Amino acid sequence: MSVAIKANRLTPYLFLAPAGIILIFALLYPIGYMVYASFLDWSPSQRIGQAEFIGLRNYINLMSDEAFRESFWVTIRFAAVVVTLEMALGVGLALLLDRNIPGMAVLRTVFILPMMIAPIVVGLMWRYMYHPTVGIFNRTLKDMGLEGIPWLSDSTWSFIAVVIADVWQWTPFIFILALAAMQSLPRSALEAAEIDGASEWQKIILIKLPLMMPVLIVTLLLRLIDAFKVLEVILVLTNGGPGLSTEILALRIFRTAQEFQELGEAAAMSNVLLMLLMAITIGMFAYNRVQEARAARQRAIAEKGDD
Amino acid sequence: MPRIHLENLVKRYGDFEVLHGINLEMHENEFTVLVGPSGCGKSTTLRMIAGLETVSSGEIFINEKPVSHLEPKARDLAMVFQDYALYPHMNVAKNMSFALRLQRRPKAEIDEKVGAVADMLGLTKFLHRKPGELSGGQRQRVAMGRALTRNAGTFLFDEPLSNLDAKLRGQMRAELALMRQKVRKNMIYVTHDQIEAMTLADRIVVMHGGYIQQQGTPEELFKRPVNKFVAGFLGSPPMNFLDANLEERDGRLFVHGAGFDIALPEDKIAAAKAHNDGALTLGIRPSDLHFNPDAPDESSIDLKVIVSEYIGAQSVLLCACGDQNVEVELKSETPIALGETLRFAVNTEGIHMFDRETEVAIR
Repeated sequence: MSVAIKANRLTPYLFLAPAGIILIFALLYPIGYMVYASFLDWSPSQRIGQAEFIGLRNYINLMSDEAFRESFWVTIRFAAVVVTLEMALGVGLALLLDRNIPGMAVLRTVFILPMMIAPIVVGLMWRYMYHPTVGIFNRTLKDMGLEGIPWLSDSTWSFIAVVIADVWQWTPFIFILALAAMQSLPRSALEAAEIDGASEWQKIILIKLPLMMPVLIVTLLLRLIDAFKVLEVILVLTNGGPGLSTEILALRIFRTAQEFQELGEAAAMSNVLLMLLMAITIGMFAYNRVQEARAARQRAIAEKGDD
Repeated sequence: MPRIHLENLVKRYGDFEVLHGINLEMHENEFTVLVGPSGCGKSTTLRMIAGLETVSSGEIFINEKPVSHLEPKARDLAMVFQDYALYPHMNVAKNMSFALRLQRRPKAEIDEKVGAVADMLGLTKFLHRKPGELSGGQRQRVAMGRALTRNAGTFLFDEPLSNLDAKLRGQMRAELALMRQKVRKNMIYVTHDQIEAMTLADRIVVMHGGYIQQQGTPEELFKRPVNKFVAGFLGSPPMNFLDANLEERDGRLFVHGAGFDIALPEDKIAAAKAHNDGALTLGIRPSDLHFNPDAPDESSIDLKVIVSEYIGAQSVLLCACGDQNVEVELKSETPIALGETLRFAVNTEGIHMFDRETEVAIR
């Protein structure tokens, strides 16, 4: 092989190198740092080199840590509830609003406003609305002669309160993605279904939703990852309380590092969360890959046998 | 008794009228082809019959029953779309049985019908494939199969062959003609391709600019077009048009123009005379011009060859006649040179005359 050809072969790697270097420093290094830190007994007053290496003890401690287990389940429960509600509402709204109504463009913009507000602000806003005496909810309830709800001071209600705030903020995200998916559906297939005798409901259940499924799955995945990491809104609204009723993992990690000064243990928690999200993501991609490979194989056969 | 009947059908988008009062009767089991250039309103007409477009005014009758306010599903139709419109997430069998499954027919009946249609269209071994795993021709067949399985009273076809390549299109056209013999149903077929129209139709409806120009059997339209548009639209290569005047000499009537002076046959004289000002457009199909160096002046035309397109046994010559162009067909072995002037005998049966202003046929 001549030198020129060798040089040609190497050229692409040369061009890729800057991106690769940035990737290493911006992505792999911090993650590697975190993984390494999770094996240390490390307090913020120490440099990382002075911290004691304790192997898997942080992870073992986590298993027996009641508070962590509680946080873990709160997180799972929170993610499952908000994502289910948001998917149902977002897709439902998209189905309702996928038509030519005058002023629709304005309406759509209004719908996605909550998404554009900084989470901290969302948290503050809802905290005022949930306020036991001056908040709009309890004032309204009282005006109607009903008793006020202990929004943020009762463990069940505070969970509901954070769920409502999250649903309010993130339903629009699902809504715009679902609407985009819906508007790129093949018109003629829907018309064919109409002629074949499908009612509006049957068109939704049998044609629209199955065809939107790939987009909806990715949307679900994005929301799920985000819901597992939610922090600011809950931090401002309840700070995890009352008790541990709304202390999701991100908040637990934050407090472990900040208040309890256990950097190693916080890193271990982060890793557990990371592994959980990776498992979900890889599972989804693997499923997609299998489906695509099957379709490609069949298409190859079809083209070979074509007239 | 007419099965489908359109009465003063009008379609408007806002203030813009695209169909201007279509009247049409289709008989029992007739294969009707709506043909015309794009934008002529043929697809809109079909979609209004299907119920996919609302009717602005007028009425559609199916079996004497007004249907323009009924949902598509209440009209007993099946439709084949240009882009096939298959359900991408369902396999071939599920696609074909969709309508029957919606009707909650028993599974045995569905399987039997799908099996029979798949057998007829050669789809049996693809029943478990999804549309994405099929080639264009196979998808087209599935779309056809879905309509057939449905067993509706009327079949609508919206340019079903235009997404296929030329060879496959010819093949599918033949298959359609074959299917037509087996399935006696009302069929309405929209196309912009006059060859599809001529080969498949019992009745052709030529549309242009939102109006029906002419309707009738392919032969009627080919031989007796009512205006210049229909004459030019049907037939390949298309009819030649030449500006001409009428001249009366020695008791005979001649169509005279730059490069030709043709005596009119007896049966066309009366009509031509009735056309007062004498300015007209002469129309002659390439098939009515025959190479003949010995033809007499009064029934021939001299053409200078500009371009020769060799297409096998025949060649199509583009020629100049005065400052106008004329296309003729010629056996390829005839020795000719570009730039040469050739004499072609005119088959006087094939002389068409049109008013130069209104483009209406003079006959």
